[in-house]
Amino acid sequence: MALFTVQNLSLAYEGRHVIDNLSFTVAQGDYLCIVGENGSGKSTLLRGLLGMISPTAGRILRGDGLGRQDMGYLPQQTKQQRDFPASVEEVVRTGCLNRTGLLPSPDTRTKVEENLRRLGIADLRRRPYAHLSGGQQQRVLLARALCAAQKLLLLDEPTASLDPAAASEFYRLIDDLHREGLTVIMVTHDIPPAMEYATHILHLGTKSHWFGTADAYGKAGSGFTGGEHHA
Amino acid sequence: MHEFFSMFEYAFMQRALIAGIIVALCAALLGVSLVLRRYAMIGDGLSHVAFGAVSVATALHLSPLWVAIPVVMLAAVLLLAAGDREGKRGDASVAMLSTASLAVGVLAMAGKGTDVYSYMFGSILAVRIEEMWLCLLLGAGVLVFFLLFRDRILSMTFDESFARASGQHIGRIRLALALFTAVTVVLGMRLMGTLLISALVLFPAMSAMRICRRFGHVLVAAGIISVVCFAVGLCVSYWFDLAPGATVVSANLAVYALLSLIRR
Repeated sequence: MALFTVQNLSLAYEGRHVIDNLSFTVAQGDYLCIVGENGSGKSTLLRGLLGMISPTAGRILRGDGLGRQDMGYLPQQTKQQRDFPASVEEVVRTGCLNRTGLLPSPDTRTKVEENLRRLGIADLRRRPYAHLSGGQQQRVLLARALCAAQKLLLLDEPTASLDPAAASEFYRLIDDLHREGLTVIMVTHDIPPAMEYATHILHLGTKSHWFGTADAYGKAGSGFTGGEHHA
Repeated sequence: MHEFFSMFEYAFMQRALIAGIIVALCAALLGVSLVLRRYAMIGDGLSHVAFGAVSVATALHLSPLWVAIPVVMLAAVLLLAAGDREGKRGDASVAMLSTASLAVGVLAMAGKGTDVYSYMFGSILAVRIEEMWLCLLLGAGVLVFFLLFRDRILSMTFDESFARASGQHIGRIRLALALFTAVTVVLGMRLMGTLLISALVLFPAMSAMRICRRFGHVLVAAGIISVVCFAVGLCVSYWFDLAPGATVVSANLAVYALLSLIRR
């Protein structure tokens, strides 16, 4: 059973239809890149997968015992976050809150420590979040997402505000996490890295959608005609 | 020295000091989250609603406090807790609610010879026993809330999308913040004045963010700045017979200006 089985899904954002009749699956260990023009509903789809909005039609089935607690989300950064007064450690700790009760659990500390080290930002832990570079800030938010989840990462245009060098470094980091066994679903604008690292591509169009393996997407010439199947 | 402390021999000054310190502390703590979420004008809106409610209650010979608290709680929930679902509520709706309440309040007061000036800018004599006890209750509630839920408040303030996606119950945190803000505004309004109570929400948080870069530190610094500014402002207000709201806000302004100069 796949982690996600999406059947004939329709989603709306602020009362406007953005996704119609979409079907695809995500299996454990997949690395799915969701691409498409602005306004094609990429972020809305992520929110649908996270269970933050309900389908207007069709279904999103979660399998393999996937619960909300297994999903780590890296939303698009907002402007007010950039100069937010919090230390790296404080931000990462908020990723552990979905498991703890009223009082912080003792393994919060080890979990924070573990993920800070995993992403190579352990020495930044006392630094103010606002003073970090864009790439470092994304690592902090990624560490927070990893605290929340071990199975599945959902990333919404994580490289949008990064310079090219920081962006390619970030893609390599995600690739490492994927190789360690995490399932990755990423919304992105960059087709080349998507083709290089992803196992599957979902292209959202205004009229129709394309879903298939990254290889097949390459053969289709980055268009979405003649792919494995029209989703 | 003895002369200095003699002012606190008056019961009204004791009440003003105790109630004011607690309101100042609560407003500062709540203000950090409000300011960071870009809801700074909420305090202003709620105080005007409170003014309207108090005036109408007085005209109808009802208890102003027990009318204002539920009314302002309702307004706070509408503006703060229920919002966000369809994106941020516009500041236009806050402004409409606040000016409308002000108008209703002034009409309800018409011809009653009420001292509108003291309502607008605060009165040192305004705190009654009942309000002081409510302040103590509010202060205990807010302190326990922040001690227990600091991380959750940070999580919701920093990133609502993430908090919601990972299954944190931010709705309850947001509701609690809205209700605490409502009670703080109502209890502080008579002492600080309708037009100036929102400064207690705004200034200490802004000052603290000038010097602190950790969320925990910002909370502590805002609380300390707010309490000290209130105490200084109250004493100045007593000695020079000035409206306490104005002196407390001026003290806050001075601290903010000073910290801005230090940390440029």
